[in-house]
Amino acid sequence: MNTRTDRRIRIGAGITAALLALGFLLGGILVLVVATDKAPDVVALLGDPYVRSILGFTLTQAGLSTLFSVILAIPLALALHRARFPGKRPILRLFLLPQALPVLVGALAVITVWGRNGVVSEGLAAIGLPRLDVYGLSGILVAHVFFNMPLAARLFVAALDRVPAEGWKLAGQLALPPFTVFRTVEWPALRGALPGAAALIFMLCVTSFTIVLVLGGGPAATTLEVAVYQALRYDFDPGRAIGLSIVQIVLTALVLVATLLLGRDPAGGFGAGGKARRFDAPNRLRDAGDGLVVILGTLFVVSPFAAILVSGLAADLWRLVSEAAVQEAAATSLLVAAAAASLSLLVSTLVLMAIEALRFGPRPGNARDGVRIGLETATSLVLVVSPVIVGAGWFLALRQVTEVLAAAPYVVVATNAVMAMPFIVRIVGPALRQANGETGKLAEGLGLTGAARFAFVDWPAMRRPLALAFAFSLALSFGDLGAIALFGSSDFVTLPYLLLQRMGSYRTADAAGLALILGLVTVMLMGLVERGFAGKEEPDL
Amino acid sequence: MTAERDVRSPSDRGDVASDARAALRLDDVRFAHGGAAFRFDLTVRSGEWLALIGPSGAGKSTLLDLAAGFLTPSAGQILMAGANVTRLAPAERPLSMLFQENNLFPQLDAFRNVALGIAPRLRVSKDERRQIEAALSAVGLEGYGRRRPAEMSGGERQRVALARAFLRRRPLILLDEPFAALGPALRRDMLGLLDALRRRDGAPPAAIVMVTHHPEDAASHADRVAYLQAGEIAAIGPAAAMLSGRTDPRVSDYLGLRSRKA
Repeated sequence: MNTRTDRRIRIGAGITAALLALGFLLGGILVLVVATDKAPDVVALLGDPYVRSILGFTLTQAGLSTLFSVILAIPLALALHRARFPGKRPILRLFLLPQALPVLVGALAVITVWGRNGVVSEGLAAIGLPRLDVYGLSGILVAHVFFNMPLAARLFVAALDRVPAEGWKLAGQLALPPFTVFRTVEWPALRGALPGAAALIFMLCVTSFTIVLVLGGGPAATTLEVAVYQALRYDFDPGRAIGLSIVQIVLTALVLVATLLLGRDPAGGFGAGGKARRFDAPNRLRDAGDGLVVILGTLFVVSPFAAILVSGLAADLWRLVSEAAVQEAAATSLLVAAAAASLSLLVSTLVLMAIEALRFGPRPGNARDGVRIGLETATSLVLVVSPVIVGAGWFLALRQVTEVLAAAPYVVVATNAVMAMPFIVRIVGPALRQANGETGKLAEGLGLTGAARFAFVDWPAMRRPLALAFAFSLALSFGDLGAIALFGSSDFVTLPYLLLQRMGSYRTADAAGLALILGLVTVMLMGLVERGFAGKEEPDL
Repeated sequence: MTAERDVRSPSDRGDVASDARAALRLDDVRFAHGGAAFRFDLTVRSGEWLALIGPSGAGKSTLLDLAAGFLTPSAGQILMAGANVTRLAPAERPLSMLFQENNLFPQLDAFRNVALGIAPRLRVSKDERRQIEAALSAVGLEGYGRRRPAEMSGGERQRVALARAFLRRRPLILLDEPFAALGPALRRDMLGLLDALRRRDGAPPAAIVMVTHHPEDAASHADRVAYLQAGEIAAIGPAAAMLSGRTDPRVSDYLGLRSRKA
C-alpha cells in the first residue's frame, strides 16, 4: 500500500462514516416527508401565531442564555488565567463537570438551589425579601448559564493558553498595567474564540430540551423542541410535530450557516487548560478582584453539585438501590451508554482522519477543500438536529413499518452516538490536526501507511483526547433524556427516564436520590475512563 | 566544585569593587526541570558584551530566562548593579530581552509597539512621541509607524523590537537569538546596529548577553564568550581566545576545530 492508497482509504472511510451519521440524523424526517407526502408549508407554519410565539421564545431564551454565559465567562476566564493559586487546575477541571452532569440532574439541582424552597430563597425570605420563582424564563436562563458559562470560560482559557509564550513575557517585562494587557494580549485572544463559543452555546440553547421541559412553565415558556415532544407524546399530532421539527431544523441551520459565513470555526477545542505561564506585574487590587471573581464563579458552579449531594444523601439510598426497577434502569443505561460511546468514537475518528488526509493532501484543490469543509460541517450539523427531532422523525417513520418500541433501543443508541460527535470532534480534532501538521509530512516522506502511520502519527496524538472524548460521550449518553423521552416505555427505562417519572409523580426524595446516583455515576465515569486510558501527564514547568 | 575555567584577559583585573556594579551576576544559581539540572556562576561587567555558545539543551536560554525572571531559581542569587533581584518580578528587573520571534504584539502597529516600552498605558505625550519616532528612525524604520507586524519583514520586526529595547534604556540587554532567522548579511547589519545604538548618547553602553549559534557573530562583537555544556558554564574567556579553540578541547569539539589541531 502506498501513501496515496492510504489517503484514499482514509477519505473513503470518513465520507462513508459521515454519510451514515447524516443519513441517520435526517433519515427519519426525510422518509416521512417523502412517504406520507405531507411536506409541510414552512411559510404557512411561520404565519401561525402559536408557532411564532414558540419560535420567539426559543430565540429569546437562547439569545439571552448565550449573552449571559459569555459575558460572565469573560471575567472568570481572565481571572482564572491570570491568578496563580494552588487550586487553579482543580477548578478548571471542575468546570468540565457541568458538561458531564446529566441535564436533568442539573435542572433538578437548579430548582434545589434557586427554587421557591431553595437555599437562595430561604436566605432572601430570612431578610424579608420575596422568594424566587425559578419556573419560566429566569429558571431556564440560570440553568443554561450553569451548563454553558463554564464551557465558555474553558474555551476562553484555552484561547488565552494559545497566546505565544513571548506575549506574556513581554507583558511582564514591560510592566504593562492590567488594562493594557487586556487590550494588547487578552482581548485579541478572546475575540478570536468569541464567535465560536457564542455560536456553540447559542446552538446548544436553541436545541435545549430537558431544561425547558422541566423548568419551562406552560405555553408562555415553551421552545420548539418541547413543543415537538408534546405534540407527539401528549396530543399525538404528527402533522404539527413534523412542522415544528422542520422549523427547528431550518432555524438551527440558519444559525450554523451564519456562523460559517462569518468565517469562524465553531469548533473551539478544549483540553486540560491553564498551561501558560504569566508574568504580570504585581498588582494587589487586580489580585483581589480576581480572587473575588474566581470565588463567586466557583460557588455558582459548585452550588448545584452541593445541592444534589445534600438532598440526595437525605433520601433513602439503600432502599432505592435495592429496588429492582432502579437496578434494571441502571443496567439499561450502562449498556446504551457503552454502545453509543463506542459507536460515536469510531464514526468521529474515521471522519476526523479523513479531514486531516484532505487537509494535508499533496495537491490541495478546491474539490478537496469542498469535501473537507463538507465533512467538518457534517460533524457540526449534528448540533442542528437535536435528539428530540431525530427521535420524532424515526418515531413516526418506524411507526409505518414496525413496532416502534421494539426498535427503540437501537434508535436511542444511534441518537446518543451522533449527539456525542460534535464533542468528540472538538476534543480530538485539534490534537490530530497538530500532529498531522508536525509529523504528517515526515510520515509522508517515509511512506508510512496503514497501521504504522496510525501507530506513529495519529494514535499518540489522539490517545489522550480520545480518552477524554470517550468519557464525555459515555457520560453524555448515560444521562441523556432527549432520545429516551420519546422512546421510553415500561419495557425500556433508563435512569434519567426513571428520574423524570419520579419527579412527575412528586416523589421528591426518590428523585433526589436518583439524581445523586446518576450524577455520581457520570462523574465517576469521567474520571475513571480518562485516567485509565491516558498516559502520565507531562510535568508542568 | 566549579567547572568554570576563567581565561582572564590582561584588561580583566577582576577586582571586587567592579563586581558590585556588575550588570549581571549569577551566584551559584541552581535550577532543575524535567531531569535536567542547571547551575550557573557568572559575572557580566557593566557595558560588556558576552556571547553564550554551546549545544542545544546546554542551558543558554535557561540562563537568560533565569536572569530575566521568567524562571525562578531553586537556590542561589541573581544580582544586577549590586542589587539582589532574585525574588523580583520580570517587570522590576533593569533589563530588556529580545526573543527569537513574537517580540511584537500583532494587533498593534510599529509605533505603539515601541511606545509600550516607555508608556505602558499607551498614552503618549508630545515629547514621548518625538522619542518614539526618533527610535524608529534610528533603526532605519522612519515612516513605518503605522505598519502592523504582519506587514513587515522578519528583519523589520526585529528592528522595531530593537527600537523599543533602546528606548527603555536598561543597562542590560538579553538576546535570545533574535536574529537567528535572518540571513548572514542582515544578521551582521543588525549586530552592527545594536552596537551603534548602545553607544549612541554618551551614557555608558548597555551590557549585552547574547545567545548565538554563529561563532562569527560572537567573534565580531563579543568581548567574552561563555561555553555552556550540560547545564553549566564549562569555559569562559576573551572572545578571540575562546573561538580559536585553543583554550578548551570541549569548545574546539563544539566548534568543529578539532581536526585542525590534530
